[in-house]
Formats: sequence, structure tokens, C-alpha cells
Amino acid sequence: MVVVIGASWGGLYALMDLLGALPVDFPAPIVVVQHRSADTDDSRLAKVLGRYSALPVMDSEDKALLEPSHVYLGPAGYHVLVDHDHLTLSVDDLVQYSRPSIDVLFESAADTLGSQAIAVLLTGFGHDGAAGLAKVREAGGATIVQEPATAMQASMPQAGIDAGGAIEVMPLEKIARRLIELCRTPA
Amino acid sequence: VAVSVGIGGGGELERIEIDLLLEGVYRHYGIDFRGYALGSLKRRLARRMREEGTPTLSALQAKVLHEPEAMERLLVALSISVTSMFRDPGFYQAFREKVVPLLRTYPFIRLWNAGCATGEETFSLAIVLAEEKLLDRTRIYATDFNAGVVDRARAGEFPLARMKNYTENYLSAGGKKEFSSYYTTDGGVARFTPTLLENVVFAKHNLVSDGSFNEFHGIMCRNVLIYFGRTLQERVHTLFHDSLVNFGVLGLGHKETIRFTALEHCYEAIDGRQKLYRRVA
Repeated sequence: MVVVIGASWGGLYALMDLLGALPVDFPAPIVVVQHRSADTDDSRLAKVLGRYSALPVMDSEDKALLEPSHVYLGPAGYHVLVDHDHLTLSVDDLVQYSRPSIDVLFESAADTLGSQAIAVLLTGFGHDGAAGLAKVREAGGATIVQEPATAMQASMPQAGIDAGGAIEVMPLEKIARRLIELCRTPA
Repeated sequence: VAVSVGIGGGGELERIEIDLLLEGVYRHYGIDFRGYALGSLKRRLARRMREEGTPTLSALQAKVLHEPEAMERLLVALSISVTSMFRDPGFYQAFREKVVPLLRTYPFIRLWNAGCATGEETFSLAIVLAEEKLLDRTRIYATDFNAGVVDRARAGEFPLARMKNYTENYLSAGGKKEFSSYYTTDGGVARFTPTLLENVVFAKHNLVSDGSFNEFHGIMCRNVLIYFGRTLQERVHTLFHDSLVNFGVLGLGHKETIRFTALEHCYEAIDGRQKLYRRVA
């Protein structure tokens, strides 16, 4: 299993809570796209989130092998894609006004992981992630959307639900437990 | 007649179509994209399908094989990527502070800017070397597999609208002059001083299929290898290793690393964060 998470506006706080609630032996790798500005050429986001999580949090590097119990962030100015057991990066055009883009991450997970993908769409503004979430669902993966009413910004999770990709919708504080269950269910 | 589809379903068919398209392009045009990283390649091909108006990858394949203009557009789509002058200012600052002193020890310096695309990186390097009074004893070989973009690089013309961003980058990279002293403006175009290119050789070279062509004191190849699959990336790293003098410098993109390659042990970091390495074995 590989968990892919997308977040935008309000995502920093949501990620602090979600990643903070995962145990140090969480059995899957986690790849996160949090919308960020292209010129944050530093690793501050990884440092901040790392302080709240028992898991090591780092910016993705090209061709990095995915390891369980590790959190990989889409770097500022790069798309991050999952390719089976490793990550690849690209500096292609913005998708949904964003680079990193959630759709790019989710679609790559749907393509190469199929039923082994678990996609989570969190708080945010806009539509990024909606198309990708639907592709993960289509490919047989699990999908969870943060209940829009509990999100700091409802439009992005709502777009995910409207596009038909949401298998489960739940408040933020229930997502960590659900991820643990999904990862422990034998495939 | 009963027809059964492989268990992979749609994903498998797409994979077959991509393989056939790349095989066709390779055999008909001699350009090899077969080792490219699939994720980004798929997205670029999907965009070509939309813009060429072809409903399937097979239809795109037919168009590309029968219409050289469609192939030219595919070539551009697969070769151009977003870049800017002094992209990642920290890289150029580290280059100035840590690599320039190493280069100074050579009487004559050969650098290779591999995958130079439209030349933003090449000009950035030339400017740093000029300010460090090294450009007159340096030759920069700037190469790309797309002859069209090499021609654009050689012209040294960039949209004037980008200069604000480039100037900021240049200054935070430790630039010593007025950035505008390097170009003249002509309408919406910034035309860079031709003297910067006096020791630059632009040439067509394909990292995928062409071999080593010289021995270099430094190779810059930034955000090119991210588009290559792991096997191809290994091969290009072997090419770079073969093309570097001992203690030669390798500069990669900000999120690229030699850590996941077989040649990891052949390099030591000059500045690990800025992805500047030195060949030690």
C-alpha cells in the first residue's frame, strides 16, 4: 500500500493533525502534495511537519525508493509522481495552477499502484485532486475525503466529492485511524 | 470469434500503445524515448493527443509517423521544460564560492552543459565565469538533443518580461553587476551580449544515444535526468562519469541526487544541498 495525500489552503494544520496521529510503525509510505509557492527553495515545510509527526518527513528527491513509515513531500516547484516503488519528479507546466499538483500525484498512483493506492483529499481551495481522486477510485484504490464542513476550506474536498471519486467522507480526526485499518487489511 | 482482453485491462492496453509509439518513433526517426520515465511521458503524450486531436495513442502514433510536422511538435513537447536563468540561486552561489576556486587551478577549463534546452543555464554559467574572470579560459559545450532549441539558445534572445525574475535570481545568487548590463532590449526581447558566447560551443547531442565526446572539468545537467527512467539514468551517469576528469565537478538539479545510482561511491559532495559533487573514483 502507498498513501497519497493532497492538501491546499489550511493544509498545514490538517497535515499536522493527520501526520501527528500516525504511529511510528505506520506500515506504508506516505506521499504528500501540499500546495506551496515555487520559490520556497528550502525545507521548512518538512521541518515543521516533522516536528508534529513520529514519522520522518522529507522533501522528495528524484528516483527515491519509497519506504514504509516515511513521509515524502512534493518539493516546491516540482510535480511529484509515484512510479510503483519509487518517486519521480517533473518541472512540467502547472496543473490546476499548481506545481506540485495533487492531480499529478493521484493520477500517477492510480496508474502504477491501482488497488494498492490510498488517496486522501484534505482541505483546500479549488479543484486540484478531484480528477485524480476519481482515477484512483476507478483503478480500484481506496479514497477518503475530509468532510467539507470540517475543513478550513471546503471547496477542494467538495470538488472531490462532486467528481465522484470519494468512497469515504469523514472528519479529519477519523482519517488517521481509517488509514491504519486500510493498511492493515490484507490485500 | 471470441476475443479476450489481457487481465491488465485499459492500463495494459495504454502501455502497449505507448511502447508501440516509442518503438515507431525510434525506428522511423532514430530518436529514442523508450527509456523515459513513464509518468511524465504519459502526461506529455496525453497533452499531444489533445492538441493533435487524436482520440487514442495509436492515432497519435499514426499521425507522428506519417506527418514529420507532428513529430517535430512531439519532439518539442518532449524536450522543452520550464527553466530560468539562475534557477535556484543557491546553486549558482555555491558554484561561485566552491566550484570556481577548483576551476581556477586549471590553465584551461572545459565545461559541459548537458541538456541546455533554450540556454538559460548556459548564460547563467557564462555570466558567473565572466565575473570571476574565468570565461576567457573556459570553453562551455552546451548540448541538447533537439537542434531547434539549440538554435534558440545560440540566438541569446529571451522574453524581456522574464528579466525581473532573472534579475532577482541573479542578485540572490551573488551577482556582482547590474543584470541589465548583460543584455540590450529590443521591443519585448532581451538580447544577451554576444561576448558571453565567445567561448560557448552549442551542439546537438543526445544523452540517450550519443557517447562521450570530450573530457570535462565540470558537467552541469539540471532537471534533465528526472525525465529518464532509472535504467537510462544509470547509463547517462556512466557517460558523465566517463566524461569527467578525476576531481571533475558534477552539478545536478535541486531535487536530483546521485544517491540512488550505482555510481554514488564515485563522488563526494562539494555541497550536498546544492547537488554539487566531485568525482573521486
